[in-house]
Amino acid sequence: MRFTIQFVVDVLSLGGAYALMALGLVIVFGILRLVNFAYGELIMVAGYTMFLVSGSGLPWLVMALVAVVMAILAGIATDYVAFRPVRAKSVTAVLITSFAFSTLLQNAALLFISPRPRVVPLPAIFSQTVQIGGVITPLRNIITIITTVVLLALFAFLMRRTVLGIAMRAAATNFTMARMLGVPANLIVSSAFAISGFLGGIVGLLWIGRIGTVVPGIGLEPLLIAFIATVIGGMRSLTGAVLGGFVLAFIDTGLNYTLPQDLLKFRDAFTFSLVILILLVRPEGLIRGPASGQRT
Amino acid sequence: MLEVAELEVRYGAVRAVRGVTLRVAKGELVTLLGANGAGKSSTLMCIAGALRATGGTIRLGDEEVTAASPEAMVRRGVATVPEARNVFPDLTVAENLRLGAYVKRRDRTAVAEQRDRMLQLFPRLAERSEQPAGTLSGGEQQMLVIARAMMSQPSILLLDEPSLGLAPTIVDQIFELIQALRRSGLTILLVEQNAAKALAIADRAYVMRLGRIAAEGSASEISAATDLHSLYLGG
Repeated sequence: MRFTIQFVVDVLSLGGAYALMALGLVIVFGILRLVNFAYGELIMVAGYTMFLVSGSGLPWLVMALVAVVMAILAGIATDYVAFRPVRAKSVTAVLITSFAFSTLLQNAALLFISPRPRVVPLPAIFSQTVQIGGVITPLRNIITIITTVVLLALFAFLMRRTVLGIAMRAAATNFTMARMLGVPANLIVSSAFAISGFLGGIVGLLWIGRIGTVVPGIGLEPLLIAFIATVIGGMRSLTGAVLGGFVLAFIDTGLNYTLPQDLLKFRDAFTFSLVILILLVRPEGLIRGPASGQRT
Repeated sequence: MLEVAELEVRYGAVRAVRGVTLRVAKGELVTLLGANGAGKSSTLMCIAGALRATGGTIRLGDEEVTAASPEAMVRRGVATVPEARNVFPDLTVAENLRLGAYVKRRDRTAVAEQRDRMLQLFPRLAERSEQPAGTLSGGEQQMLVIARAMMSQPSILLLDEPSLGLAPTIVDQIFELIQALRRSGLTILLVEQNAAKALAIADRAYVMRLGRIAAEGSASEISAATDLHSLYLGG
């Protein structure tokens, strides 16, 4: 019983973070059919913003808010710098510009801040533990789960109830048709990037909350996780991205619990083998997205 | 109201539309006929802003709109129903209609009134309001895309082959609905391969052949002067 509770809490908290990462990536991919390789840097931006405002004496929540806003702005900047000028022209061009923007941000952090880890302020609750059913678990796991539930509910509301959300879902199916109903293409794309930045910023806080420091390359792992989770779940489906995040967390946590100590350092190899197995059975991912689509 | 002059559209080296000139006056129902590949849809999509013209001009009232984006055209009161019934299959019927009113979304009462009007005109849609649009039949999807385009309260409606792939009785229904919309004062440009049907309800007609206007005149003149079968065959 204790074991089960421990396992469930671990899967849900890790899965929640993975799901939010994946959602931030897939919201842009769904509409543009393009992977934003600068996505990880949104997390980096949130982390360094925390570091830079850490001396300000502001309450932690205010600093966190500033960090999320900066991540949103970085997301919108990605659209303006890397996507908008070339997205109608060539897939390869966008691939390169998004990599370039990613490298640019990372190197800016290297050059202007430091290649070494910088400590990020964290509130006391991130290091406290809590007891649930006889199991002691870090409070930040519970915070992650609650944050995930709140954000997923908010996201579902946005996508189902607001005109902007409906327009984004429509644009993910048929961008040209959405435009022929008067939905402005640039607004939809920028909104997708803003939402991506919002999710990336919050995930960044949770992710950095586990480590406590930020380095220029911090975004690589979340980008990889988000990418794998969306591939598992189905690149075209928002629900799939969330599901993929939880499946990936289930695999990771399961391996953490079962692999012998010597093999644990090869955990990712086992994870990816299982991902390959899933894709052999469901090459399009677990959930199929909307029928067809095109880029503008 | 709508004036197209010397319009040209190229797909790479292929000139799909070669110097098309046409005019639609306010309140008119004008049909654009021709065989497959004659350039009808390209002309229509170009007016809608979804295709870029490589030459010529498009004017709406006093304004030149040749290079306007599709969303800008909707804001100017030009709604388009493209070929192939582009419903958003994962969105419900109600969501599809709500999106159709995107440019009018601030005026909630007008949108609600228009939706009621459309649901009265298309009662089948009212029954299926909460269903995903992808589960509707072909005829119902065609009704939905027309109703959805009408949600922006356009002054001119561009219709691309609304009868394509539908059963004859459904085609009759669709054409009755087009007439009903026209009677309500709407200006319509109708692209059709079904020449007999289109000429029966149109005021004037243009016939396209190989990217050019081959004939124009009142619907009765065109019916009398043209061998309608040649329209299908492209002869």
